[in-house]
Amino acid sequence: MLAEAAVLRGARFFPVLAGALLMLAAMAGCSRGPVNSPYAQQEVQENVLYTAFTQRSPKYLDPASSYSSDETPFTYSIYEPLYGYDYLARPYKLIPRAAEAIDPPIYLDAQGNRLPDDVAGEQVAVSVYDVRIKPGILYQPHPALARDAAGDYRYWPMPPDALQGKFSMSDFEHTGTRELHADDYVYAFRRLASPRVVSPIYGVMASHIVGLREYGDQLKQADQALRDNPDAAAHRDWLDLRQIGFDGVQALDAHTLRIKVIGKYPQFKYWLAMTFTAPIPWEADRFYHQPGMAEHNLSLNTWPVGTGPYMMTESIVNRRHVLERNPNFRGEPYPCLGESQDREAGLLDDCGKLTPFIDRVVFSLEKESVPLMGKFLQGYYDIPQADRGEYGVAMRVAAGDSAEKAALYADRGLQLRSSTEAQQYYLGFNWLDPVLGVGDTPEQQEKNRKLRQAVSIAVDWEQYVSIFLNDEGQVAHGPVPPGVLGYQELPEGLNLQVYALENGRAVRRPLDEAKRLLREAGYPDGRDARTGKPLILHFDWAGGMGSSAMLDWMRRQLAAINVQLEVRATDYNRFQDKMRNGTAQMYMWGWVADYPDAENFLFLLYGPNAKAKNGGENASNYANPEFDRLFDQMRFLDDGPEKEALVHKMVAIAQHDAPWMFGYFPKSGGAYQAWVGNAKPTQMVRNTLQYYRIDPDLRARKIEAWNVPRWWPLWLLAALAAVGAGLAWRVARARDRATALGNTDSASQP
Amino acid sequence: MIRYIFRRLCYGVLILIGVNLLTFVLFFAVNTPDDMARLSIGGQRVSQSAIDRWKTERGYDKPLFLNTEASGTQQWTDTIFFTRSVPLLRFDFGFSDEGRDIGYEIGQRMGPSLALALPTFVMGLFVCIAFALLLVFFKGTRLDFAGVVICVVLLSISGLFYIIAGQWLFAKVLRWVPYSGFIDGWESLRFLVLPVLVSIVSGLGAQSRFYRTLFLEEAGKDYVRTARAKGLSERLVLFRHILRNAMLPILTGTVSAIPLLFMGSLISESFFGIPGLGSYTIDAINAQDFSIVRAMVFLGSALYIVGLILADISYTLADPRIRFE
Repeated sequence: MLAEAAVLRGARFFPVLAGALLMLAAMAGCSRGPVNSPYAQQEVQENVLYTAFTQRSPKYLDPASSYSSDETPFTYSIYEPLYGYDYLARPYKLIPRAAEAIDPPIYLDAQGNRLPDDVAGEQVAVSVYDVRIKPGILYQPHPALARDAAGDYRYWPMPPDALQGKFSMSDFEHTGTRELHADDYVYAFRRLASPRVVSPIYGVMASHIVGLREYGDQLKQADQALRDNPDAAAHRDWLDLRQIGFDGVQALDAHTLRIKVIGKYPQFKYWLAMTFTAPIPWEADRFYHQPGMAEHNLSLNTWPVGTGPYMMTESIVNRRHVLERNPNFRGEPYPCLGESQDREAGLLDDCGKLTPFIDRVVFSLEKESVPLMGKFLQGYYDIPQADRGEYGVAMRVAAGDSAEKAALYADRGLQLRSSTEAQQYYLGFNWLDPVLGVGDTPEQQEKNRKLRQAVSIAVDWEQYVSIFLNDEGQVAHGPVPPGVLGYQELPEGLNLQVYALENGRAVRRPLDEAKRLLREAGYPDGRDARTGKPLILHFDWAGGMGSSAMLDWMRRQLAAINVQLEVRATDYNRFQDKMRNGTAQMYMWGWVADYPDAENFLFLLYGPNAKAKNGGENASNYANPEFDRLFDQMRFLDDGPEKEALVHKMVAIAQHDAPWMFGYFPKSGGAYQAWVGNAKPTQMVRNTLQYYRIDPDLRARKIEAWNVPRWWPLWLLAALAAVGAGLAWRVARARDRATALGNTDSASQP
Repeated sequence: MIRYIFRRLCYGVLILIGVNLLTFVLFFAVNTPDDMARLSIGGQRVSQSAIDRWKTERGYDKPLFLNTEASGTQQWTDTIFFTRSVPLLRFDFGFSDEGRDIGYEIGQRMGPSLALALPTFVMGLFVCIAFALLLVFFKGTRLDFAGVVICVVLLSISGLFYIIAGQWLFAKVLRWVPYSGFIDGWESLRFLVLPVLVSIVSGLGAQSRFYRTLFLEEAGKDYVRTARAKGLSERLVLFRHILRNAMLPILTGTVSAIPLLFMGSLISESFFGIPGLGSYTIDAINAQDFSIVRAMVFLGSALYIVGLILADISYTLADPRIRFE
C-alpha cells in the first residue's frame, strides 16, 4: 500500500490544485474584457498613437548627426528646418516650415556684383539665400532655457552633485522657453563643422557653403588648443561657437538668416528641408556640455530640443520613447490640396485645421515581426512602423497571396496603401574592371559595352520584382525615379538597349539577341574566343549567405546565355571595403533620395564622384565625359524644360553605356488601422506624425471586440489534471496490489 | 576555506584578463575601428572625416596594442587595449560607443532580467525535479514510459518553436497574455507569465531526463533498499534519501548558474520585448558596439567565476565528506 498511500497523500494537494485552477477559471470568467493589452488600463481610450520601432532605439537625435531613417519620426517631429515638403502634393513640393517663404537666391559675381536671375550658372560666384523666419516661434519647454526671477539660468552652471538622480528631462523641476531666432540656425550650421560633433553631412555642406571648410579647420585648431590644455577636463568644456563665426552663414537680424552658397547650386534649398540645418539653441548645447551630463545620458542625442509639434518626454533606450505635443507649438494648418484621389480617400477632410491632432505618440521596441504583427492585428498598434513601409508592403503581398488574409484585413478595416518612392536598387558594373568595365581601347570598350548589354538583357528584372517583391516595386528603365523631374513614363522612357517596343508595350529583348551581343563581345556561347575558357562573372553580395534563392535566381539568369556567375558573399563591412577599393566586378546597391531632384540620382554616375578614386558615391566608378559635361550644365539649372531635356539626354547616355542594370524602384507601403486618419505613405515627407489623426473611441471598441479571451481551455486543463491524477492513483494502486509473481489471483490463494 | 576562496579569486582575475584579451582580439579580428564608425554613423554619405571624428571622440584613433609613435611605457599604455582594459578591472564599464553610460544601463536592465530569469530558474528547477521524481516514483509503469517519451519529444524541439507556438496559442488564439512587452512593477506579471512558462517547458525535457537518470541511479543503491526494508514511506525514501543524495550533480549545474541569472536570456528577452541584459547584449553585438560587448562578456565571466566558487561551497553543504583541502 506504500505507493498508493503516497499518491493518496499527494492527492491531498489535489483539492488545493483544483481549487486554484477553479479560482483562476472563475476569475478569468469574470474578466470578459481583454486581458492581453500591452498597455496600462484605459490608455487605449486616450488620444495616443501607438507604433513600434524595430531593432534598436534611434542612435542620434542630434540634428547635426542624425541621418538614419529610423531617427526621422523623432527628429522631424521635434525639430523644424526652414523648409519641408507638402504632405499630400505629388510630385513632392517644397514648402516653408519655420521660414516665412521660399524665396529664390540672388546671384553675385566674383566681385560681389549682383547678377541677373537668369544668368548662366558658371558666372555665379556666390548665391545668397536670405530667409525670413516666422516671428513668434517658441521652443519646447526645456530645463536649458529655464530662468529664475533674476533672469539667471537655473541649470547653468550646475554643481556636479546637482545631477544626482537626474536621467531624464522630467527629473528637472523647472523648464523655460524662448523665441526662435536666426542665430539658432547660424549656431546649427556652425555645429556641423565642430570637431565635437560627428556630422555625416559636413563634407557636403563644406563644399557648398562659403567658408565652412576653413571654419571647420579653425574650430579644429581651437579644439586642439583646449585638448592640449594641462587641465584634463578642459577639453570637455563647452566650445562656444557664438564666439567664433564665419562669413557663409549669418543672422542679419533676429528673424533673417543669410546663407552664402558657392556658385549656383539650385538643390541647396532641399538641404534646408533636412534636419541637419535645424535650429539649435546655444543654451541647450551649453547645458548638455556640463560635467556629469554625459554620464547621465543627457545629451542632444537623447533629449533633443526643438520648436516642432512634438517633444520627447520619455526615452528608455531600446524599450520605449514617447513624444508629446509641444505646448508651445503654434499649430500649422493641414494642407488643402493633394493628388486627385486624396479627396476620395478623405485626406482633405481636415483642410486648414491646425496640426498636430494627436496628443502623444508612443514608440515601443518590437524586434520580432511575429509579436509586432500580432499586436497590430489585435489593435494594439495603430501603425506597425512610423519610419518605414516594409510591413505595409508585406501585408499587401500577403493579402494578394492568401484570400484568408485578404478577408481578415478587410474585416479589420485595415488601410493598406502604397506608392512608388524616390529610391532605387540597381546592379552595378565596375567601370575599372577589365571584363565588364570601360575597356582600354575603343574596340575593347565597345566589346565590353556589348557584354554589359547582353547581361542586362539576360537578367529579367520583371521576374525579379514579381518573385522577390511580389510586384511591390517598379522595374527601372533609367536612374531617375517617378515623381522626380526628368522621369519619363513608358514608352518615352524606354531603355531601348534592353527592351523593344511592341504594340506600345515594353518587351525585354530576346535571349538570342543577348547571345549575339555576347558573341560580338568576344564570348561566343559564353566562352572566351581567345582562350576557350568559360566566361565567369563575379557578383559581390553583401547580404550574407542567407539569400540563396535570389542568388540562385541570378545564376540561372546568366546561365540562360551560358555565362557562369560566381557569387562572392561577404558581410557589409568587407563589401564596402571592396567598393572603396574598386575591386568588385558586379554588385547590388541602393540609393534613397536625399531630395526629389534628378541631380540626387544622376550624381551617382558623375565621374568626379567615383568611389575608388575620390571616395564619392559613384560606386561603379563610371566616367563618361559627355555625361559629366551635361551634369555640370544640369546642376546649375532650375526646374524647367531645359533641365528636363538635359536629364533625358543623360539618362539616354547611361542607358547606352549600361554601367548599371537599373533594377527597380521599390514601393513604400503603409498599413494603418481603420481609426487612423490622414495616412498617406511616403518616404520623403518625414514629419508625418503631425498630420495623423486617430479615433480613440473606435479603437477602444474594436480592441474590446477583437480580444475577448477564450477561457474554456482552462476547464479542459482542470479535467486533464483530474484524469492524470486518477490515472496515477490507479497505477499506484495496481502496483501496490501486484504480487511478486505478477498475478493478483494467485496472491489471493492460501 | 577563506584561503581556498582567495586562491580561486586570484585565479579568477587571471581568467578575466585572459577573457578580456580574447574578446579584444576576436572583436578586432573581424572589425576595424573604421567599420565600427561607419556602422555607427550610418546614413549614405559617411565621409572619412566623419569617421576620423567618431574615432577620436571615442579613443579609437589609437593603435590597438602597441603605439610605436609613443615612447617608454606609453607605447603600451597609449593604446586602445590598455585604455579600455584597465578601467574594466575596476568594474568601471565606461560609455558605450553611442555615448551612453554602460553601468547605468546595466543597473536599469538587471531588474527586468531578474524578473524573468529568477522565476524561470526557481520554478523550472522545482517543476523539473518534481517531474523527474514522479517518473522515478512510477518507474517501470506506462506512466513512466509516457513521461520519458514526452521528455524526448520536448527536448527534440527547438526553443524558438516554443516561443512562437506559445505566442500563437496564448497570445493570439486564447488571448490570455500579451504577445510581448514590459511594464515596471507588479503589472509586469502578465508579461512574464508566457516567457516563464515557455522557458520552463522548453527546458523540461532535457532537465527532467537528466534528473530522472540521477534519481534512478540513486534508487538502485543499497541504502535505498535498506530504507524501504525499514518500512519508510515512498515519499520519505524519495525526498529524504534519493533527492538529498542526488543533489550534488544537480548543485553543480544550478548553483553555478545562479549568478548568471543577472545576465538575462538572450533569446527570450528579444522575442518577448523584455528590456533586460540579454537583449542589451544582442543589441550591442548587432550594432558592433565593442564597449558594451566587452563589458557584458567581462561581467558574464566574472559572474560565472563567482558561480563556480559558490558551487564549490555548496558541495560542502550538500555533502559533509567534501573538504576544501
